[in-house]
Amino acid sequence: MKKNIKFVQGNEACVEAALYAGLDFFAGYPITPSTEIAEHLAYRLPRVGGKFIQMEDEIASMCAIIGASLTGNKVMTATSGPGFSLMQEALGYAIMTEIPCVIVNVQRGGPSTGLPTHMSQGDVNQVRWGTHGDHAIIALSASNHQDVFAMTVDAFNLAETYRTPVVLLFDEVIGHMRERLFMPEKGEIPLVKRLRTSVKEGVDYHPYLPREDGRLPMSDFGGVHRYNVTGLFHDMWGFPSDNQKVVHELLRHLVDKINNNVDQITKFKEFYLESAETILISYGSSARSSLHVVENLRSRGEQIGLLELQTLWPFPSHIIKEKCAKAKYVIVVEMNMGQIHQSVRGAVDRPERVFLANRIDGVFITPMDIRNVMRLIQGKGV
Amino acid sequence: MERYRMVFSGSGGQGVITAAIILAEAAVLYENLMAVQSQSYGPEARGGATRSDVVISDTEVHYPKVIQPNLLVCLTQEAYNQFYPIIRPGGLLITDTRFVKTQKKVDALQKELPMYETTMEKIGKSIVFNICMLGAVIGLTDLVRSNSVIKVLQNRIPSGFLDINREALNLGIELGAKVKS
Repeated sequence: MKKNIKFVQGNEACVEAALYAGLDFFAGYPITPSTEIAEHLAYRLPRVGGKFIQMEDEIASMCAIIGASLTGNKVMTATSGPGFSLMQEALGYAIMTEIPCVIVNVQRGGPSTGLPTHMSQGDVNQVRWGTHGDHAIIALSASNHQDVFAMTVDAFNLAETYRTPVVLLFDEVIGHMRERLFMPEKGEIPLVKRLRTSVKEGVDYHPYLPREDGRLPMSDFGGVHRYNVTGLFHDMWGFPSDNQKVVHELLRHLVDKINNNVDQITKFKEFYLESAETILISYGSSARSSLHVVENLRSRGEQIGLLELQTLWPFPSHIIKEKCAKAKYVIVVEMNMGQIHQSVRGAVDRPERVFLANRIDGVFITPMDIRNVMRLIQGKGV
Repeated sequence: MERYRMVFSGSGGQGVITAAIILAEAAVLYENLMAVQSQSYGPEARGGATRSDVVISDTEVHYPKVIQPNLLVCLTQEAYNQFYPIIRPGGLLITDTRFVKTQKKVDALQKELPMYETTMEKIGKSIVFNICMLGAVIGLTDLVRSNSVIKVLQNRIPSGFLDINREALNLGIELGAKVKS
């Protein structure tokens, strides 16, 4: 056996990647279909010197990782829709206070407790706008375990780079399915370290004073500097302020630091897009059914391709627009009522040629489901 | 090899999901093949008909579920009743003589094997029934080498239980090989 091959669930691939990325602290509350992440970390994390805490609920879980991150740790929590709903308030706090953290949402059917053990991708827009107020957020997705690993490491890197919460939006199929995972060697994937201030002890440290490059160096809370952290609009010392200039600049900063870096943040995969008359757009596990369709039809000479989104937010509108410019049909394949479909329609020049192939009954969308929608669109009937 | 799609079914506690994982893991770790394993969760995983899907292939497997299995294993009557219609025409249907009475003719090679009885007679412990079944699958299909399964068992199972698992695997392989056409 090659040492670096594993046969694991997607949830385990996420755990392996979090440990690879240097996870120090995990707080969570078990919920299907994300439970294996907490289960494996409860075993693994203390063995590498990290801390695992099972909290009383998801509100506390989110608050605990925010606090732990502020003291200088790489942190993560994992949940599913109902727990993610509870995390929204603290998620907004982490956005406002610019505290790096990674939140895994292994999606199941909703709303409410919904369909605990079945497949859905219904939380896509919740990730974007679940917490109140103007803000930007990063959300990543993956369709196979190698990508689960890569995107999880990326989530930690982006969280540190942009001082922001990053949401890993997986789903039941990816979380529970088992397949091959090649474990990258140490150092193979670059890791972003916490940017710490060079301000010495006894010298004033301004926690919210950006450097020239826009980044905000951190000082481990409880360490050598005293500073304030608040969810209220705040000045460079971290103290509450309703000064118009302060408020305006902080909100602009929170949005711009992500939206001005869409190209650096965005990851996607493309399959046979050149010369594709029909383009499927998908993400997460439904991209697997889509790729199955594309490879089958390509072998029969049909001009079809797949654009797999790995970064869902910030939405890579310009990439969608560019890639779909020449397509006759654009079909968004997802397991919800058209959440990314809506964004794709907003991104392309002619939204009337964007269609939705979805399934919302908890059953994983089959290649046949997608074929049927394609035939209908092309006027061929089912 | 061609893509081979399998459905393992039975009732919760019989170990059909474990057997499916062991087979898929053996294919990936020791046979240099691609394999994807998934299972149905929910109320049906406790009691009723439980099911695990495995796809093994030498090329990448995108769609991970099985719609029409080349191989269907049913270890209870309920599982048989529920799943026999989905078998791929010309496929292989393996049932256990103790638990399943096959009723209808399907367009498949039907193998009714005394896996449970043999396990109880020769080993006397029903916990290795699933490994005997896995042996029968290998004996009939040659999907992976028995040694690859043994290696997976060595990693997964407390060493004290390895001998009876190895014995159950061999019993199954014999049962399968005997009826291989």
